[in-house]
Amino acid sequence: MNREIAVVAFAQTDHRRTSEELSEVEMLMPVLHEVLAQTGLKTADIGFTCSGSSDYLAGRAFSFTLALDGVGAWPPISESHVEMDGAWALYEAWTKLLTGDADTALVYSYGKSSPGPLRDVLTRQLDPYYVAPLWPDSVALAALQAQALIDAGDTDEPALAAVAARSRADATANSHAQLSGSVPHGDYLVRPLRTGDCPPIGDGAAAVILAAGERARELCDRPAWIRGLDHRIEAHGLGVRDLTDSPSTRLAAEKAGAFERPVDTAELHAPFTAQEVVLRKALSLDDGVRVNPSGGALAANPVMAAGLIRIGEAAAGIHRGESDRALAHATSGPCLQQNLVAVLEGDPR
Amino acid sequence: MPEVLKAPLTVEFPFTRSLGPVQSAFLTGLRERVVLGVRTGDGRTLVPPVEYDPVTAEEIRDLVEVAPTGTVTTWAWNHAPRRDQPLNTPFAWVLVRLDGADTALLHALDAPGPDAVHTGMRVRVRWAEERSGAITDIACFEPYDDSGQDAGDISEPSAHSGEFADPITGIVARARLDYTYSPGRAQSAYLAALAEHRNVGERCPSCRKVYVPPRGACPTCGLATSEQVEVGPRGTVTTFCIVNIKAKNLDIEVPYVYAHIALDGAGLALHARIGGIPYDQVRMGLRVEPVWTAESRFPDHYRPTGEPDADYDTYRELL
Repeated sequence: MNREIAVVAFAQTDHRRTSEELSEVEMLMPVLHEVLAQTGLKTADIGFTCSGSSDYLAGRAFSFTLALDGVGAWPPISESHVEMDGAWALYEAWTKLLTGDADTALVYSYGKSSPGPLRDVLTRQLDPYYVAPLWPDSVALAALQAQALIDAGDTDEPALAAVAARSRADATANSHAQLSGSVPHGDYLVRPLRTGDCPPIGDGAAAVILAAGERARELCDRPAWIRGLDHRIEAHGLGVRDLTDSPSTRLAAEKAGAFERPVDTAELHAPFTAQEVVLRKALSLDDGVRVNPSGGALAANPVMAAGLIRIGEAAAGIHRGESDRALAHATSGPCLQQNLVAVLEGDPR
Repeated sequence: MPEVLKAPLTVEFPFTRSLGPVQSAFLTGLRERVVLGVRTGDGRTLVPPVEYDPVTAEEIRDLVEVAPTGTVTTWAWNHAPRRDQPLNTPFAWVLVRLDGADTALLHALDAPGPDAVHTGMRVRVRWAEERSGAITDIACFEPYDDSGQDAGDISEPSAHSGEFADPITGIVARARLDYTYSPGRAQSAYLAALAEHRNVGERCPSCRKVYVPPRGACPTCGLATSEQVEVGPRGTVTTFCIVNIKAKNLDIEVPYVYAHIALDGAGLALHARIGGIPYDQVRMGLRVEPVWTAESRFPDHYRPTGEPDADYDTYRELL
């Protein structure tokens, strides 16, 4: 079955260092209401619902079931969940729509990193035999990748500082950003990465509505058509991979059709400055492409939502008529282990 | 609005994980100060070894010994070690390609400072004093001078079958994470009222149902609840079960009754233990009230009020 699927609405919270006054569902609900309001849809009109989150952030089992209260699951709905970034929940919803089982889908994801020590929490996703017992935190692993890039001559510390400065400057136009404007590059956190090279730790949520074919045109003046979507993974052993490259991103982009024609905008999920260098190389992005006009993950990185936000931001640019063909990328795991690429297009003007 | 509550929440989990033949040989080898790799179909040696070729996905079992010396392929200086990391003094994270291996192993390097570390530097394993068959049997790496007097200490790797007496077959992966739990606005308000021996719920603005305990959202309508409603203190048993298995660390004699209780004014039932009545006399419709013990933040149990039983039609929607 050959159906056209589009992102027709996108909403996100303001991303903040802490939202302790709100439970997860209290944080999420305004965003769900906002995407529904953008389309005029009610919960009962949604054909499929899929979410992404991680219990390890909250430190509680099955925490996503409580968040489901915000959806309004009565009468019963068709629902699924991925223990990953919401970008992968969107992938599941997209395939569901492609099969013709549903015409509309609600995708949401959220993460509250404030309750726990995020750098340590993320070590629990590592290989439990050889790596996790050493507790290498997320910044340390990103720093190994940054040093590998510096050794390879692909970047240097001033270039990384420039990535950070450009991202935070662009984020001044993004009212949801956690970190924007002039942010000091700071001291080394784990050398060669300074605080400015690292994403802010924070809480936030995002939601997207997908619709198929004519339904999309009814719900949105300028739908962001998903032309291709693919995700790939590399060997989990960091010492098996060439950390200066991202063949999985390149392959996902190729399968998604990203190289068929140039894109005007790219929303890259690069939580660390050095990872933008890797992704630009893997995706062969030249200087003519607007990269992360939203400020990207360096401005707001709610874990489990930041990847879905990249797709949402890319789509919103098309909705507003600022972009005609955009690439959105999401990542998961240490040092860009897993990568998803979506290619979005607006109708010709 | 009452203050949002916060409390420490520690999550500890000791996962017991079994090892396949290759991981077992590798970790047992570390216990015996032998580093093993595994050979792939195209002749590469992977250290640490895996059971399936990352390129072809073929099963691989051909173990080979590699040297305890190697070369740093990338590094990062960690000036502020975190809990449970290999060293508690500043150190470098390193990926090390051991001599004889084609891939690199992640570990810590003990060095005086970042100026003493560079990609390409030579290092060797420092073994832990006590070894149990774990990646931490390598205490860390240390700088190694090939040309100096160090070199004599290192023997050439030999052919190794991967067979050991008393091989380890599993590891216990311990983890502890410390959180600060906050239940959010709605549940904080509920807990604050409970401390005053009051039960409060929240009413859905759409379906008018009163949720207790409130979680800030109506799961039926997907709307925020905010109107606070005092419910109880009395209520009706809507359904119940008889518990015959004594829970660990619970000081309650079995059998006892656990029940759903619809507090007066609430739109759904909460659950609690029933006391003050023989277990086999608890019934649907029984009218109950909370019993508080000193200093307690929640009712210890519910007991009969002595009122006549509630009519079925008054609670049939709340089962």
